[in-house]
Amino acid sequence: MSLLAGNPLSVVALPFALALLIAAGGKKFVSITQWLAVVAPVAAALAGVGVLASSVPTAAQDVAWLSQGGSVVTAGLAIDNLTAVMLVIVGVVATCVVVFSIGYMADDDARPRYFALLALFTGAMSMLVMASSLVTLFIGWELVGACSYLLIGFWYRKPSASAAAVKAFLTTRIGDVGMLLGLALLWRVTGSLSIPEVLAAAPEIGAGIVTVIALLLFVGAAGKSAQFPLHIWLPDAMEGPTPVSALIHAATMVAAGVFLVVRMWPVFEVAPIALDVVLVVGVVTAFFAATVACVQLDIKKVLAYSTISQLGFMFAALGAGATGAAMFHLTTHAAFKALLFLGSGSVIHAVETQDIREMGGLLKKMPVTGTTWLIGVWALSGLPLLSGFFSKDGVIASVLHAAPLAGYALIAASLLTAFYAFRVTWFVFFGSYRGSAHPHEGGLVMTAPLIALAVPAIALGYFSAPFMQSLGHEAEALDPVVAGVSVTVAVIGVLLAAALYRLGVDRLETERTSLGPVHGVLFSAYGVDSFVTRFLVAPLEKVASWFYEVVDRKVIDGAAEGTAKLTMLFGRLASGLQTGETDVYASLLGVGFVVLMSIAIWLGR
Amino acid sequence: MILVLLVVLPLLGAIAAALSGRRNAQLPRVIALGTTVLTAAVSIAALVQLLGDHDAMFAWSYTGEPGMVVFRLVGDGLAMPFVLLTALLGIVAVLASWKIDDAPGAHHALLLSLQAAVTCVFLAGTLLLFYVAWEAVLIPMFFLIGKWGHENRRHAALKFFIYTFAGSALMLVGLLVALTYTGGGAIGDITVPIPADVQVWLFWLLAAGMLVKIPAWPLHTWLPDAHVEAPTAGSIMLAGVLLKIGGYGLLRVAIPYAPEGFKAAAPILAGLGIIGIVYGALMAFAQSDLKRLVAYSSVAHMGFVLLGISTGTALGFAGAVLAMVSHGLVAGLLFLLVGSLYERTHTREIARYGGLAAQVPRWATLFTFAALASLGLPGLSGFPGEFLAFIEGFGEFGWWMIPAGIGVFLAAVYNLSAVRRVNFGPLAGEWSSLADASTVELVAALPLVVAIIVLGVAPGLVLRLTDPVVRGITMILGGGS
Repeated sequence: MSLLAGNPLSVVALPFALALLIAAGGKKFVSITQWLAVVAPVAAALAGVGVLASSVPTAAQDVAWLSQGGSVVTAGLAIDNLTAVMLVIVGVVATCVVVFSIGYMADDDARPRYFALLALFTGAMSMLVMASSLVTLFIGWELVGACSYLLIGFWYRKPSASAAAVKAFLTTRIGDVGMLLGLALLWRVTGSLSIPEVLAAAPEIGAGIVTVIALLLFVGAAGKSAQFPLHIWLPDAMEGPTPVSALIHAATMVAAGVFLVVRMWPVFEVAPIALDVVLVVGVVTAFFAATVACVQLDIKKVLAYSTISQLGFMFAALGAGATGAAMFHLTTHAAFKALLFLGSGSVIHAVETQDIREMGGLLKKMPVTGTTWLIGVWALSGLPLLSGFFSKDGVIASVLHAAPLAGYALIAASLLTAFYAFRVTWFVFFGSYRGSAHPHEGGLVMTAPLIALAVPAIALGYFSAPFMQSLGHEAEALDPVVAGVSVTVAVIGVLLAAALYRLGVDRLETERTSLGPVHGVLFSAYGVDSFVTRFLVAPLEKVASWFYEVVDRKVIDGAAEGTAKLTMLFGRLASGLQTGETDVYASLLGVGFVVLMSIAIWLGR
Repeated sequence: MILVLLVVLPLLGAIAAALSGRRNAQLPRVIALGTTVLTAAVSIAALVQLLGDHDAMFAWSYTGEPGMVVFRLVGDGLAMPFVLLTALLGIVAVLASWKIDDAPGAHHALLLSLQAAVTCVFLAGTLLLFYVAWEAVLIPMFFLIGKWGHENRRHAALKFFIYTFAGSALMLVGLLVALTYTGGGAIGDITVPIPADVQVWLFWLLAAGMLVKIPAWPLHTWLPDAHVEAPTAGSIMLAGVLLKIGGYGLLRVAIPYAPEGFKAAAPILAGLGIIGIVYGALMAFAQSDLKRLVAYSSVAHMGFVLLGISTGTALGFAGAVLAMVSHGLVAGLLFLLVGSLYERTHTREIARYGGLAAQVPRWATLFTFAALASLGLPGLSGFPGEFLAFIEGFGEFGWWMIPAGIGVFLAAVYNLSAVRRVNFGPLAGEWSSLADASTVELVAALPLVVAIIVLGVAPGLVLRLTDPVVRGITMILGGGS
């Protein structure tokens, strides 16, 4: 444990080596090598636990990564408590996901690629959270994005999967360009990209510039964490295998944006305008995504919008200045959302569809999945006793304190959360089965991870005090008023879902008609997607081909080719003068003489 | 002596290949491969010698008249990365043209003489030799495109020749001017200080030839034509090494001779670089021809090189060198792959591909890898150089870097959309019996893949070499006129 905690590089290098080994082993050895993929996250978790247990942060291992003529850009890794918490989250969730995948992906031909990418992702994610330099962080940041791209497009034969993969990469890349500009500005202002140095210099940076830096970093965070309007890639990302969604698109990578803000907190702390932006974006995202989740018919789409919404809760907390509450919600969310995603994977594996209209009554047929799912939605809804209740309460309390109006919006989003969570639950697990498959549990490799994740989903809430203390915050007592209000709205949400759907499965069919045009707006997520396609993607293609046809071929190349043609034309004209007649030559000589003389005289004035 | 070998060995190999080609078709290939491997081994020996020398520079001179250097080769930290790159791509180019049946003797002879000429540009220690080698590069390339190229090869070859020759003619004037200030003829041996006003136009004269070679926007239109028509080996050498002599020339000759001119020109160079980044990427995105797409991506990548150089800082120069070496590896790999695909399908039309990952997994994996490297994915070689150019460019030019950032985004757009249209989706019916990458191709690709990863993880390997030379250049810049 201390070996790993003391050598952050090994936590990165080991998964990369394992990825290579798994890929090299190929199909022949995959039934053995797939278990190697478990080693990577276990190592990450152990490193995290090692540091948390000893509460001695690992000193930064910095190297001069790019150095020339005396200027140096350092790269480095270190583990402090914040990193350790992230490592434990990544490690635990990834371990569960890898084990689950061994069952879920058992029939897939491309398992070596799959497990190699999972290992690669674990390494890249560990690098991201352990970075002691913004360059290292950015490398990890982009590598997890690449893994995400390759895993969303894992079933590349499906056009929708490959389109979703590209969309995910490109949308987050927009954020990354903002982040890159932020790094460049930090580099210019502070002359360093080492995180401790940059943070130490933050208070001295001018208010205007530090606000710009914070906003640019937030653009990067918003892309990665699917905040409005850069959220459009996450619902599509559900094209990837479901365990991947649990790991990358629910628990770890999409939380990296929140982590980034917390990591760079001293920069944000001195930029109140930037924090206001973070708050507004967070609240808008939380509410907007929750409304969309209410009408989705694809079980994974509901979870995807739910994730967007919950990440919005975390950013709202950050905007209110409550980094501890944000991190705590990040942690509990990682547990219960990964649980829900794996649960949905278990369901999809059993019923071979993602459409909730073709499910129903699965609690009896799949008791483990059903029970753990109930734990997950209980936590997600913020109903009392389970983890989500405590962490969401902290978020709402802090936002109410900072900006009451935003707090009310979050309370409304909480109501919607409970509503959509139980809407799906009634349709999937209660009533009678409406599909044509023969649903059953998927064996121990698939049920054990569900049970393992259910434990923190239940219990994490009771560790709020030590959690906050380890991150250097004071433990805050539950606010009874806020708790009362949020429990009340959650219960209303659950009851509303029950009243609307519990007794009549056919209600799902009438949802469209009874909601009228509102349904269309919600179902298409307010049309942001088609707006982007119509007003950004399509014009880009047009602009590109116009520039190519007109500017590049006609103007620039035309000028070059034209010069050549003109030269040839002059050559032909000039060669016409070569008549061999001396009188012509003599007269040209005369003309030339006069011209040259005039020039000479004019110049010598 | 070892430096002379680097130039002479390929030349000898070229003669042997040309002579053997008349008897046997296989012999020139073997000779070419042997020569390039041997040359690579010698380059590594030269590298070892350089690392051993604390002088960080070693030279071989032939002195004729007293005080007049006739022939001088210099292998320092700036030259060696490019020499090694040339040696590596030389091997790849030979392997890539393994299947050429049309006069393989002449083909390989030209490839090897091309390699000799390019290596000589990088090692040139006198202005005269620099110019002679620079122009010598044109000749084998002209014939490679003109004889072994595709449908429009004659036009493309001529365009390539005239375009770059016109640029070089201006450069020649500049070199002659520079020569008058140079004692003994060795590059950088400036005996008479060059007046600042002379430097201003001297820089542009020198840069004219180099900007065409890079190619900087808007002097780039010869490039896509030349690339599309060139045979695979020609494209690999063209993108991989030939474009680099432009950036190399700026660092080696133009900036040291006209530092004041460079300072005055820097904002314009940066502007051209930034335009190139965005424009090249946008043009790449507009292509329906896969090879043309890769060709335009070169314009974008070389835009980063120009941007890095224009910053005038040590890290900016370092970024430019890294970006050049990386582009040599990545473009080399991409042209190798695109060429091998064309060999099998006889089309470059992206719309006709689709779903190749299912049919030719090894090829598709390599192509995806190369595309990720090309979009500048961190961890691979493209990132460190472009990152340095970007942050140093921001330091010098501030918010003008926003368009460069858009270029970073567009790089992902065209690369990933190419991967999607070629590799992903359902397999296009006509390729259901397409063969995967051959062993020869894998052998050619492997060193490139390894180098792309190694350079991405440890760019310091190159920067360690360039550091003393770059220090020298920045000192000239800092010292004023």
